[in-house]
Amino acid sequence: MVKTIAQASLGVHEKLMIRKNTIRNGSSKQRLSIVTGIHGDELEGQYLAYLIGSRLREKIEYLNGTVDIYPAMNPLGIDSITRGIPLFDIDMNRIFPGSEEGTMPEALAASVINDLKGSDICIDVHSSNIFLMEIPQIRISVPTAEVLVPYAKMLNVDFIWVHESATVLESTLAHTLNSMGTKTLVVEMGVGMRITKEYCFQVFDGVFNLMKNIGMWSGETVPVREPVISLNRSVGFVNSDAAGIFVPCAKFGDHVEKGQLIGQVLDPLNGSPAADIKAVCSGMIFTLREYPVVYGGSLLARILMSESEEKCHE
Amino acid sequence: MNKEIIFTLRSPYRENMDVVGYRFGSGERSAAIVGSFRGNEIQQMYVCSQLVKILRRLEETGQIVKGKEIMVIPCVNYYSMNIGKRFWPMDNTDINRMFPGYDMGETTQRIADGVFARLQGYEYGIQLASFYQPGNFLGHVKMMETGFTDKELMKKFGLRYGIVREPRPYDTTTLNYNWQIWETKAFSVYSGSTDRIDENAARESIDAILRFLNGTGIITRKVRPGYLTSIIPESNVAQIHTETAGIFVSMTETGREAAENDVIGKIVDPFDGETLSLIRTRFSGIVFFEYDSPLINEHTVVFKIIRE
Repeated sequence: MVKTIAQASLGVHEKLMIRKNTIRNGSSKQRLSIVTGIHGDELEGQYLAYLIGSRLREKIEYLNGTVDIYPAMNPLGIDSITRGIPLFDIDMNRIFPGSEEGTMPEALAASVINDLKGSDICIDVHSSNIFLMEIPQIRISVPTAEVLVPYAKMLNVDFIWVHESATVLESTLAHTLNSMGTKTLVVEMGVGMRITKEYCFQVFDGVFNLMKNIGMWSGETVPVREPVISLNRSVGFVNSDAAGIFVPCAKFGDHVEKGQLIGQVLDPLNGSPAADIKAVCSGMIFTLREYPVVYGGSLLARILMSESEEKCHE
Repeated sequence: MNKEIIFTLRSPYRENMDVVGYRFGSGERSAAIVGSFRGNEIQQMYVCSQLVKILRRLEETGQIVKGKEIMVIPCVNYYSMNIGKRFWPMDNTDINRMFPGYDMGETTQRIADGVFARLQGYEYGIQLASFYQPGNFLGHVKMMETGFTDKELMKKFGLRYGIVREPRPYDTTTLNYNWQIWETKAFSVYSGSTDRIDENAARESIDAILRFLNGTGIITRKVRPGYLTSIIPESNVAQIHTETAGIFVSMTETGREAAENDVIGKIVDPFDGETLSLIRTRFSGIVFFEYDSPLINEHTVVFKIIRE
């Protein structure tokens, strides 16, 4: 059943509508919410939402509980290739919990939270941005790690990044819901403006595995992979100091040694390299720049430091 | 006057972006004034440019107090301004959501870090700020309540209102908030408009800043008296939301008084011209903000009223 959970009239003959599809079967009161499209340029979740909805439609008899699928939290953004909310130039994931008394985006955010709260688990699917390719991963802030890591491990991702919390992130959907007691997992995978089918299928298997583990799914599932967890391990950030065109020579998911060449920033005008880009630590590349044009400061890669190097640092 | 490059950024194909600062006087870091961070903050850059002109003359005539230094940075982000973008050209991030910055971080974090490193240690910090909604507002000064706030200082600007804001999580990465955390008394001065120059509002802001510099013993130029500033919490500014969408017609202007239940605007159907709704005040007070775009959505803040 498709339902509009928030709406607002736009200037000329149109309504902005945020919709969800509720799929329900059996007697269980458990509820899983799949959220995506908060950033209009992140589309991996579109295919994942389709896959989940399609499987549930075909095999509804195996479902025991409610799955709510919210494919487009920022419908204007998705329809116009815009990351934030068009017109307002606002990042929707920085205005939660919103306010019914606030501006239109804040009022929409408040309606979204109102509808999502009470879910047993919420999965918020992102795809980095148009600049960076991400290995399928779940990001969890330290204060929520104890509760969330066991569920994150069910989701068939390669990596669980437990990071320090920052005050500014208190405005995200995940923080807001977690602080209300709705367990919310943030998935990052792939790259903006594209669909990476392989990753979508991977997390799709994870979603049904999680549902099986919490008693919402009795159909077939496949074994899931054991993710690397960043707890007690550092993440190395590789940023460019030069401006130009980044061309990597390392691949995503590669294990690299500290100092190893992972790419170059090139100067096409002069036909010369502007900088060699080297690994800042030994470990696995879990983020790699996809969009070639870079300024000083542009993020090129993130590396999860290997346990052996971490011990050396200690 | 010393013109200095605060921070330089290279891009693949554009000229370097130099963040330029103008330093007046010498000695203790007394006041820093910063204009635009966003590509549409033309008024904010304009106010700073006029201050640079005035402060240069004050320095030449010995009206900057000995031992006091003033820094003015008119524009931090002209890369965006020159291509008609509001936020950073590459990744659309907002430099004023990147403070205190990080010198090994992303581009806008590095810009924020470079600027903030030069802006630390001043006793007073003034940022020419803008609203994210399109509209006109009464010139005012704002401070964030961080626990280090001396609200009475806002009276030295002589603007009609001084507003105290309770910070939200996203405020914690602004210049104003971080200035205060690093013990600079920080103010945001709002100068009427954003993407076009409002000469009267600019003049009001310039006078207010000169009044403040005079009142805090940094310059000795006489400035005409201002208002007896009312210090109010932001919660006293009531918002009026639209209940329909369409073409917006204002029937008032900022600074005017409005009585409870006055009609101050209307929304007209964009196809058949019929009035869809009348916008009424729910409180009596002064019109503080007025939306100024012809098209308006439902649930948009169309007026803000300072309650009497």
